[in-house]
Amino acid sequence: MADRAAAGVPLFEGAEWDFEKIQRSYDAIERVAIDDLKLDVYPNQIEIISYQQMLDAYSSIGMPLMYRHWSFGKRFVHEEQLYRKGAHGLAYEIVINSDPCISYCLEDNTMALQVLVIAHAAFGHNHFFKNNHLFRQWSDAQGILDYLDYARSFIAQCEEHHGEREVEQLLDAAHALMPSSVFRHRRPPHTSLADERARQRERRIEEERAVHYLWDAFDHPEPSAKADEEARKRKREMGLPEENLLYFVERHSPVLKHWQREVLRIVRNIAQYFYPQRQTKVMNEGCACFVHYHITNALHGAGLLTDGAMLEILHNHTNVVTQPGFDAPNAVGINPYALGFAMMQDIKRICTEPTEEDREWFPDIAGSREWREVLKDAWANYRDESFVQQFLSPHIMRRYRMFTLADDEGDPFYTVGAIHDERGYHELRDTLARSLDVSEFDPDIQIVDVDLLGDRCLKLHHAERNGVSLDARSREATLSHLQKIWGYEVAFDD
Amino acid sequence: MAHLIDRRLNPKDKSLGNRRRFIRRVRTAVKKAVDESVRRRKIADVDQQEKISVPSEGIGEPHFRHASQGGYRRTVATGNKKFRTGDKIQKPRSGQSGQYGREGASEGEGEDEFLFVLSRDEFLSLFFEDLELPDMVKRSLKEITAAKPQRRGYTASGTPANLSVARTMRNAFGRRIAMRRPTTAETQSLMQQVEELEALTKPDEAQEAELQALRDKLDEIQRRRRHVPFIDPLDVRYKYFETRPEPAANAVMFCLMDVSASMGEREKDLAKQFFVLLHLFLKQRYDKLELVFIRHTQVANEVDEETFFHSRQTGGTVVSSALEKMKKIIEARYPPSLWNIYAAQASDGENYRGDSDLCAELLIEDLMKRCQYFAYTEIVDENEASLMNSEDSGMELWRAYRQVAAAWPNFAMKRIARPADIYPVLHELFARKSDGVTNG
Repeated sequence: MADRAAAGVPLFEGAEWDFEKIQRSYDAIERVAIDDLKLDVYPNQIEIISYQQMLDAYSSIGMPLMYRHWSFGKRFVHEEQLYRKGAHGLAYEIVINSDPCISYCLEDNTMALQVLVIAHAAFGHNHFFKNNHLFRQWSDAQGILDYLDYARSFIAQCEEHHGEREVEQLLDAAHALMPSSVFRHRRPPHTSLADERARQRERRIEEERAVHYLWDAFDHPEPSAKADEEARKRKREMGLPEENLLYFVERHSPVLKHWQREVLRIVRNIAQYFYPQRQTKVMNEGCACFVHYHITNALHGAGLLTDGAMLEILHNHTNVVTQPGFDAPNAVGINPYALGFAMMQDIKRICTEPTEEDREWFPDIAGSREWREVLKDAWANYRDESFVQQFLSPHIMRRYRMFTLADDEGDPFYTVGAIHDERGYHELRDTLARSLDVSEFDPDIQIVDVDLLGDRCLKLHHAERNGVSLDARSREATLSHLQKIWGYEVAFDD
Repeated sequence: MAHLIDRRLNPKDKSLGNRRRFIRRVRTAVKKAVDESVRRRKIADVDQQEKISVPSEGIGEPHFRHASQGGYRRTVATGNKKFRTGDKIQKPRSGQSGQYGREGASEGEGEDEFLFVLSRDEFLSLFFEDLELPDMVKRSLKEITAAKPQRRGYTASGTPANLSVARTMRNAFGRRIAMRRPTTAETQSLMQQVEELEALTKPDEAQEAELQALRDKLDEIQRRRRHVPFIDPLDVRYKYFETRPEPAANAVMFCLMDVSASMGEREKDLAKQFFVLLHLFLKQRYDKLELVFIRHTQVANEVDEETFFHSRQTGGTVVSSALEKMKKIIEARYPPSLWNIYAAQASDGENYRGDSDLCAELLIEDLMKRCQYFAYTEIVDENEASLMNSEDSGMELWRAYRQVAAAWPNFAMKRIARPADIYPVLHELFARKSDGVTNG
């Protein structure tokens, strides 16, 4: 292999791929990724699949195994419809945050595309999954496949015992609450059922010991201060307020059976698993694009890729990282691939050939440090919002000709705020960073109170930000789902 | 080191269970769409896949999400060409949501209709639903493979299972003769002679020479036998199969219907379902199936399908006119020696007084001899159906047809009021499926 590379013999010619070519290319890509970029990745598992299997994977939110539910069927017929009509093509790959890291490659890809996809997914995404702090802390790459396998068989079992309809209704409700059922601020508790039971038992014994029957028998006046005190105590004991709706329902719902609680737990665990991905779209894709761009260029430079293959790769690369303007017919807002890739290329530029402006904006990295280290540090320790806040340079803002728009209720106009000039850079950066913050686009809904010994009405609070209210129709529909699994009244406190 | 796995051969329909659950979820809407499309479609096209659009209620997946409008929003856009700080841009009129502030709208939401394609199988299942067909029948109607492999000569390549021993041996035999391969008997007699000579204790000179000659000859023979093998790969022949439609025969299906004013939408829908079912059945069994539509009031004429089901005509009712027409068409275009003839008649049972006997006579004396099967349905009101539970009572036409049914076993008649009543009419036909059907 080594002398091949030295001689600069291309890894492959022509569009057709076979397993030998893929293996050979993989080895070459790996050398660049590990020796040059010093990436740190999970072992790779690359699977070649057909387009039907890709559609299958699409409909089960990209996971290789999933329990059965009609909504996945809906997604499937929808995707299939679009694909048949030719409305959109399929992704070239899907990559799963697991250990080993599984990437699916479509069999219809040409060999050049397979190289692109392997560099992108098996090294770019893979490195990001393994190193980014959010993924390290919040998702369990080792356990996810086993867990899904367990979930699938558990739910199948439930269907067998309790009927498909009942499980379906429960899952409908759980799915409705899924986005509002992640721990955003604290790490999810990792208690097993046994621990939980033991703790409950201890707690009960303690409470019993604290009761003085004699005093209790006499003392019954109910001043309001005491009612307040009781409410506070009640809330403290139940851990209120609680942002993870399913977690709370699972623990405290008066009507659910054991298996139903377990189903809710499964759904919220899956929601939690995907939570880091939603906070790192720009970084994750940016990292993958940067890595594939660097690797394929390195391979081409060493003569391992033919000019034809490289052109095809560049063509696809460009399609992905295009940022259409706000008035273009295909406008989509900010394209995370484009922004992420551009910022990471920019970091490299700042490190290697900084301008005066860069020295002023990024004094600690401009021209002084190895760009590989800077990027790896960024990939590991930031999420979209903080990444933009830290690294968005005036250069990028000028390049994309960014501007902010204010859309205020009651105002018949959009107002242009900052534009890409000296006065606008900071505001632009702040606004963009904020718009990438999940807490900005996910509604903040918490359970604030419930009196289990009283009317058991579950009280929710929506903390409005910037005066944006909840969508009324979906709010009612979701509430009625919550009511089903809670078993009693459910209401917002507004 | 990467692990490369080829998953392409893994089962691909992993989503089938989900798809089934989804269709069950939207079943009422889908069923309605299917019924609608049966009404709209031509009889021969009923069993195609169908694009179905269902209202998105009931399959919505609600979440708590932000309203798409209102509040105080800040967004970043790209591609600024001429804006300066403080510029104002007119908002689009309310009702159409602008380009901004759409975040949070997940895919599929907000659309009122959800469009997808129903496969042929799913379509037929839903179509059969209220026909109450037995499972066996359902399965056999859904089968598309009417083709069967048939023997068609021999081929030089194939699988060992199809090896034709007789043909292979025949070729080998011919080749052995042509190449003059020494036979086993020849070799053995020579060997025997050699052995006899070798057995002599004191052979004389002549015998020595003979032995040498014989040995040489034996060597030569054995060499030839080696070079011309008993069976050569060239000789091997396999039986060749070709898939051909089974049975390869023609059929024509006559649809006869009374279109006088008394036949309303409901009656026509029922009649159509009846025709469709018969058509589906015949399509399984015949390579080529033609449809003839005859409608009648007091006169009958042959029309296309569109006119048959949808155009109205006023007038009296003379059923025999349709039978006469059918007879003429058979004589002109469908000689019974070449065509299997099926007929399905739907009517509300009314007839011009005195005509019914003529009908019965026409059928008994003439048409039934030429027809494989004749099914008559009298479409009645649901209330009426419960009153007329006796087979004997009925109107004139019904009574006249009773005679036909008595005379000919391949004449079926039934009153139908609901889709579920249709199948019993054809019951016998389906039951006879295993018997031979070709008509002389």
